[in-house]
Amino acid sequence: MNFLARGGLAKRIVPCLDVKDGRTVKGVNFVDLRDAGDPVELAWNYSQQGADELVFLDITATHERRKTMVELVKSVARQINIPFTIGGGINEIADADALLNAGADKISINSAAVRNPALIDELAKAFGVQFVIVAVDTRQVNNTNIVHLNGGRIATDKETLSWIKEAESRGAGEILLTSMDHDGTKAGFDNRLLKTVNDAVHIPVIASGGAGNRQHFVDVFEQTNVDAALAASVFHYGEILIPDLKRTLKENHIEVRI
Amino acid sequence: MEINERPDSEIVSSSPFREPGGIGIVRYGAGNIFSLTSALDRLGLSYGMIHTKADFDQYDRYIIPGVGHAGTAMNKLQQTGLVPAIKALQKPTLGICVGMQLMTAYSEEGDADLLNIFPNKTLKFKDSDTYKVPHTGWNQVFQETENPLFADIPTGAHFYYVHSYYIEYNDLYTLASTDYSLKYSASIWHNNFYGVQFHPEKSGVYGETLLKNFSNL
Repeated sequence: MNFLARGGLAKRIVPCLDVKDGRTVKGVNFVDLRDAGDPVELAWNYSQQGADELVFLDITATHERRKTMVELVKSVARQINIPFTIGGGINEIADADALLNAGADKISINSAAVRNPALIDELAKAFGVQFVIVAVDTRQVNNTNIVHLNGGRIATDKETLSWIKEAESRGAGEILLTSMDHDGTKAGFDNRLLKTVNDAVHIPVIASGGAGNRQHFVDVFEQTNVDAALAASVFHYGEILIPDLKRTLKENHIEVRI
Repeated sequence: MEINERPDSEIVSSSPFREPGGIGIVRYGAGNIFSLTSALDRLGLSYGMIHTKADFDQYDRYIIPGVGHAGTAMNKLQQTGLVPAIKALQKPTLGICVGMQLMTAYSEEGDADLLNIFPNKTLKFKDSDTYKVPHTGWNQVFQETENPLFADIPTGAHFYYVHSYYIEYNDLYTLASTDYSLKYSASIWHNNFYGVQFHPEKSGVYGETLLKNFSNL
């Protein structure tokens, strides 16, 4: 059920920015941006619109990546007054430590956790569970949800729900679940899977993959009770404006921060 | 694993007003303060770091930050030798998150005796199927007592929380409350001591308003 009572925890709306070498990639067509590639300006714009949290996914491939990530996190932390997560290329405690000290509120790990599940335990022990998001990319193979790596290209031997439960027991503070079957379709979130996962864990779940219109956000919160919903292109291209989305959610009696 | 903190030499107030006054941030090795100092920078508020008893004299108000484990944080605070000075402070003092919990008498986290500036206890949220722990995200803050700390902040405004332990509601000390499985203290107040469980440095415009209000107390 939704938390409808006075003082209920608000459902979070989370724009996700892909960053490469310190610049956002993928087109962004906000009309009033001076520089659509500047992640900090974009982040500031989203925070002004009422985004509750931001995720930066760093896809930098150079060996300088940690340095560029740290610089990005510092700039964001200086300018932005809402929480933010950084993911991509975090493989060891030292990566996470550098990002924490640069001002990141949370980190998101994906492939590194699948390859070395003990990394979740180590990060949770070092920094607290609230700092550790485990991102899971899932795709159906023969009617079974299987964890995939590299944006859905590589199948693993892990069944999605059991991996998520393992991640929780190891110290994940939050799960970011992306359905690769729904991602990019704009046909709505994978509500069946999200409900199964959300009902099976006691940590917050962020829904990702498939958002195409405002009703999709209403549906995911009504049907699954996940804590947050993440999207990228529908926000970047202005197809959904966050103030409109929040208004729609509120009209549907979903607790949001206006 | 010990978290490496940024050396204080890297944290420099950008405010041009570095004469006495401003906010002293109590440093005791419990967590990162970059987001807090960034918020103070954005607001143009002057601040510096407190490591020794003598440092308290340089400032006209204080913040006790804190994240992580309350019992561990209390041990670290005790190692600094600053505890008697903190308990004797007469100027406005704001505890944030675990920094506020330290001002209570006791925490279930680590079964720890704390500063006892407030007689309240810090308790763990009960496991429940309905309410996930840690309490993570934006929740509403309802003012219970009129106080300038919440000036220009509408009652019911959302603030950002990340915590598994809470301070019990108390008629005498609760300045503002939040509901999450039960009604607890979002903010406490006694004489010159204030505490907030949420993170004002991450709570959007209202969080910045609260920090500004604190600087004017």
